[in-house]
Amino acid sequence: MSDSLQLTPLHAAHVALGAKMVPFGGWDMPVQYAGILAEHLAVRQRVGLFDISHMGEFVVAGPQAEATLNRLFTNDVRKVAVGQAQYTLMCNPTGGIIDDLIVYRVEPSVFLLIVNAGNIAEDFAWIGQHAVVSNQSAQTAALALQGPQARQILDPGLAPFHVARQAVFGKTCWVTRTGYTGEDGYEILCDNADAVFLWNELLKRGATPCGLGARDTLRLEACLPLHGHDITADTTPVEAGLSRFVAFDKADFIGRDVLLRQRDHGVARKLVAFQMTGAKCPPPRQHYPILDAGRKIGEVTSGTQSPTLGCGIGLGYVEASRAAVGTTIEIEVRGKLFPAIIAKKPLYKRGT
Amino acid sequence: MSVPQNLKYAKSHEWVRAEGDIAVVGISDHAQHELTDIVYVELPQIGERVEAGKECAVVESVKAASDIYTPVTGDIVEVNEELSRTPELVNQDPYGKGWMFKVKMADLPELGELMTPSDYAAHIGE
Repeated sequence: MSDSLQLTPLHAAHVALGAKMVPFGGWDMPVQYAGILAEHLAVRQRVGLFDISHMGEFVVAGPQAEATLNRLFTNDVRKVAVGQAQYTLMCNPTGGIIDDLIVYRVEPSVFLLIVNAGNIAEDFAWIGQHAVVSNQSAQTAALALQGPQARQILDPGLAPFHVARQAVFGKTCWVTRTGYTGEDGYEILCDNADAVFLWNELLKRGATPCGLGARDTLRLEACLPLHGHDITADTTPVEAGLSRFVAFDKADFIGRDVLLRQRDHGVARKLVAFQMTGAKCPPPRQHYPILDAGRKIGEVTSGTQSPTLGCGIGLGYVEASRAAVGTTIEIEVRGKLFPAIIAKKPLYKRGT
Repeated sequence: MSVPQNLKYAKSHEWVRAEGDIAVVGISDHAQHELTDIVYVELPQIGERVEAGKECAVVESVKAASDIYTPVTGDIVEVNEELSRTPELVNQDPYGKGWMFKVKMADLPELGELMTPSDYAAHIGE
C-alpha cells in the first residue's frame, strides 16, 4: 500500500471484515469481501452496503449559486426543487466531460454536489474559478445501501432522486434516494465520526458488505458510465449518449457551442453497450479493439463478465455509422476475435 | 490456505505434480483465492512447446485477466477441457478438478528448482 493513499473512516472495519483492499482514485478501498459475484447478487436480490466515503462532497451556496451552476453544468439546475437531485455533467469549453456528478438542492440557494473521488481536486479548482465552493469531502463519510430490500432496512420516505436531512439511527445525515447500481436504494452522507456506527447498524440489519468490484459490475450492467473510462475530458455528452442530461434550451453554459454543433451535425463516434454472443467468450476489458468484419471501428472503455446475464458485457466507442442496436461486431482478445452484438442500454433494468 | 505436501510450487503460484516425465500444472489455493471468482480460462494448444517461466495460459476473474506461467519446459500433451465450460472448478478444487494442463517435461532437473511446500507456505506468508 502506498503511503499517499487516503483512508476512509471505515478502513479498519473493512480490514476486520477480511476485505481485499486496492487503490482507487487515490484511496485504499475494499474491492471485495466474500467475492464479487456473491456481492453483486446480494445487491440484485437483497441489499448491499458500500463505503463510498471516497466520493467528494462540495457545497455551493449563495444568491448566485443557481445561475453559476447552470453555467458550469449541462443539465438545467433550475428544474431541481428543494429536496430534489439531478444527474448532470460538467464540461470544458470544447465539450469534454470534466466530471459527471449529482447535484442536490438542499435549500433554495444551497447546493450539495457529489463528485467522483479521482476528480475532487480538479473539480474543486474548476468550480472554484466560477463560484465560492466549500469542499466537505475530508470530514464527510458516505454509505450506499442498495438493493430491492434497502427499504426494509431504512425507509426515509423519499421519492427517487430526492434528498432530506434526517436522523438515521440517531445520527443526523443527508439521506438521498440515489445510487450507482441500477437498483433502488439510498446514499447516506454523515460525519466521519458516525460512519462506523452507521455501517455496523446497517450490517446488523442484514445488509451485505460490498466492495468496488461489485459496484463496477452492477453499474456496468446498468450502463452507468464511469468517468475516466467511458467518459473523459476527451469525450462529450453527445458522443456518450448523454444528451438527455444536456439542457440545450437553457441560457449559455460551458461547452454548449460544441455540443450543439454535435447534436445538429452528428458525431463521428458513439458510446455503445454490447454483449458477447459466443458460447465460450473471455470477458471484454478496457482498450480491447472493437472490429466490424475485421476492420477496427472502436475500442472498449469498460468490460466485465456480467453476473446477471452470464456473458461478457461492455461499453465502448465505435464509429457512429456502426453504432445501431443489433449491429454485430467482434471484440479482439489477445489476438483472437470473439463475436458480440451492440445492445440496447441499459443491459440490465430492475424488475426485468 | 491449503498447500499439499506432494506438490512443487512456482513463485508465481502454479503447482506441479510430477507423474513420471509428465508434469500436471494448476494454480495454488492461495492464487485462486487472490484471483477470486474465475469466469474464463484460456489454455495452451496441445503440442505447443512451452518454456519454464513463460506465460502459457490466462485466467480471468470478474475483475481482471492474469497470466499463468508454466513452471517447467516441454510440450503440452493434455489440457483440462472441462475448464472451458466450468472455469469455477479452479476456485472449487484448485489441486484436483481445477488442474490446467500437462507438460511432457524436456528438462527433468527443472523440477528441483521449484519450491517445496514449506518454502511456498513461507512465500505466501503462512
